[in-house]
Amino acid sequence: MVPRQVKELGIAYVLMAASFACILIVFFIFLFLFREATPFVAKPGLGTLFDERWIPVSFQQQRFGIYPLITGSLLVTFLATALAVPFGVCAAVYIAEVARPKEREFLKPFIELMAAIPSVVLGFFGLVVLAPVVKAAFNLPTGLTALTGAILLAFMAIPTITSISEDAIKSVPRSYREASLALGATEMQTVWRVTVPAGLAGIVAAVMLGMGRVIGETMAVLMVTGNAAVITLNPLRSVRTMTATIAAEMGEVTYGSAHYQALFWIGILLLAATFILNIVAQRVLRSHQRY
Amino acid sequence: MKKNTLAAAAALALLLAACFFPAACGRPAPEGGPPGSENFVTIKGSDTMVHLVTSWAEAYMDVNPDANISVTGGGSGTGIAALLNGNTDICAASRETSGEEKQLAQQKNMDIKEYKVARDGIAVVVNPANPIPELTLEQLKKIYTGAVNDWSQVGGPPGQIVLLSRESSSGTYVFFQEHVLQKQDYAVDARLMPATSAIVQSVADDAQAIGYVGLGYALEAADRVKILAVKANETAPAVLPSEETIRSGAYSIARPLYYYVAAPVSEAVAGFIEFCLSPPGQKIVKEIGYIAVS
Repeated sequence: MVPRQVKELGIAYVLMAASFACILIVFFIFLFLFREATPFVAKPGLGTLFDERWIPVSFQQQRFGIYPLITGSLLVTFLATALAVPFGVCAAVYIAEVARPKEREFLKPFIELMAAIPSVVLGFFGLVVLAPVVKAAFNLPTGLTALTGAILLAFMAIPTITSISEDAIKSVPRSYREASLALGATEMQTVWRVTVPAGLAGIVAAVMLGMGRVIGETMAVLMVTGNAAVITLNPLRSVRTMTATIAAEMGEVTYGSAHYQALFWIGILLLAATFILNIVAQRVLRSHQRY
Repeated sequence: MKKNTLAAAAALALLLAACFFPAACGRPAPEGGPPGSENFVTIKGSDTMVHLVTSWAEAYMDVNPDANISVTGGGSGTGIAALLNGNTDICAASRETSGEEKQLAQQKNMDIKEYKVARDGIAVVVNPANPIPELTLEQLKKIYTGAVNDWSQVGGPPGQIVLLSRESSSGTYVFFQEHVLQKQDYAVDARLMPATSAIVQSVADDAQAIGYVGLGYALEAADRVKILAVKANETAPAVLPSEETIRSGAYSIARPLYYYVAAPVSEAVAGFIEFCLSPPGQKIVKEIGYIAVS
C-alpha cells in the first residue's frame, strides 16, 4: 500500500514540476528581455523609440524610431487576417456542418498540414513564385510588398483559424440546430443564422489566435516584404515588421550597444502583443464554453 | 484548444530563447584564451567570406592532416563579438572593427591584430533589360540616398527606380554606405534584402531594380543580371569590375577582407594564417572569385 502511494505522489510531483517549468521559462524570458533592454532607459532614453525613422546603422545619427516597424507589423497582420478569415471560417463551417464524414477525415488533416510547412520554405515560394504574380497583377515595379507578405501569412493563419473555429462550431449544442430545423428553417439558414452566431465567441477567439501566429511570424515576411522601414497603410508598398527587424539585425549588432537594446525593446513589445492576444482569446473562449 | 495556445507560447518562448541566449551566455570569461586543443582552430565571422575560408581550411587540412579547423558564418559583427568573448580563435570580417568594438577590446585588455587576407569588389547590378551601361559614383549616391528616383534622371527610360540593398547587419551595407553614399543614410524606401541571392533574384525579375552584390556572386549570376560599369567621376573612364581593375584601383567600389585575432596566437592559428597569405593560399582566393592581396 505505502510504496504505491509514494509512487503515485512521485508521479504527481514530476507532472507538477513539468508544468511549472513552462511558467518559469516564460517568466525568465520576460526577466531576461528587461535586463538586456533596461540600460536603454538611461541612454539614449526611451523617448528615442517614439520616432518616425528606424536607422540603426548610420554615419550621421542612429535613429531607433519604432513607428514604422509597428505600422509595418500591424498592416501585414490585419491584411493577412482579412484574407485568412473568409477562407478559414468558411472551411470550418463546411467541415463542421456540411461535409460528409469521409470528406471531413480528408479535409481536416490536410488543412492542419498547412500549418506544418516551414515558414522559410513558404518565404522562398513567396519570393520566387508569389512576388512576380503580385507584381504582374498590380503592374508594380517589384513584387516585394506588404500584400505579398500578408498572402503568405494568411496561409499560416488559415489552419489555426479553421481548426479552432471548427471546434467552436461543433460544440454548439445539438438542441439549437434541432430547434431551428423544427421551426422550418433550411439547413443553410440554420448554419448561418443559428449555429455560427452561437459559436461566434469561439470563432473570434480562433481569429485572435491566428493573428497571434501572424504577428510573431518572421522568416516569410523577412523574405518577401522588402523590409523598407516606411510608415504606410498602402498594401502595395514595402514594409518592415518588428519580427523581421529583430531577425535581420540581431546577428550583427554590437553586444550591449544602444541598437542591441533597442532590438530588445522591440522584442518586449512583440511578446507583450502576443501575450495580450493570447490571454484575450482564451478569455473569449472560456466565456463561450459556458453553456 | 488550450493546447494550441500553450504550444504557441512555448514555441515563442523557445524561439526567443534560441535567439537571445547565445548573446547572453557569451558573457566573456575574463581571460579569453583560445578554446580547444593545440591543433584546433575555430573561425567565425563574415557570411561573405565563409566560402573562401572553408576552401582555405580544406586545402590546409589536406597538407596538415593533424590540423582541425572549423568554420562558421553569422556575420562580421557576430565574429568580432565572438573573438572579444573568447569564443573563436580567428574572426573573418568584411569590414574594419568599429570604434565601439575597439573600445571593448581595450577594456578587456586584448591585443587585436588585423590581417588583410583578400580583396573583394562590389558590383552594381541591374536587370538585363535596362539599357543603361554605366553610372558615376555621384549618380549611384543620388540613387541610393533617394535624391534621384526615376531612371530618366540618370539617362535611362522613364520608370521608378526600385532600390535594393543588403540588410543593415551586412558588412557590404556598411561598406557601400561609407564609400558610395559617402556616409549619408540610405533612402527610406530602399528595400533591405536578407541575402545576396534574394537581391540577385529580385534584380533578375524586376526591370526597374538596381542592387549591389559581391563580385564573385555577380559573375556567377552574369546570365541573369547586368553588371554596370562605374565612373569614379564625370570625366573618368567607365570601369567594369574585374581582377585587374580592382587590384589597380581603377574600379572604385572594392574592399579588403580581414582576419582578426587576439595576440598572442597559438602555433596552429599562426600556421593557418601564414598559409592563407602564402602563394597557394592566394591562388585559392582567385579561384573563388575574389582578388589576391599580394
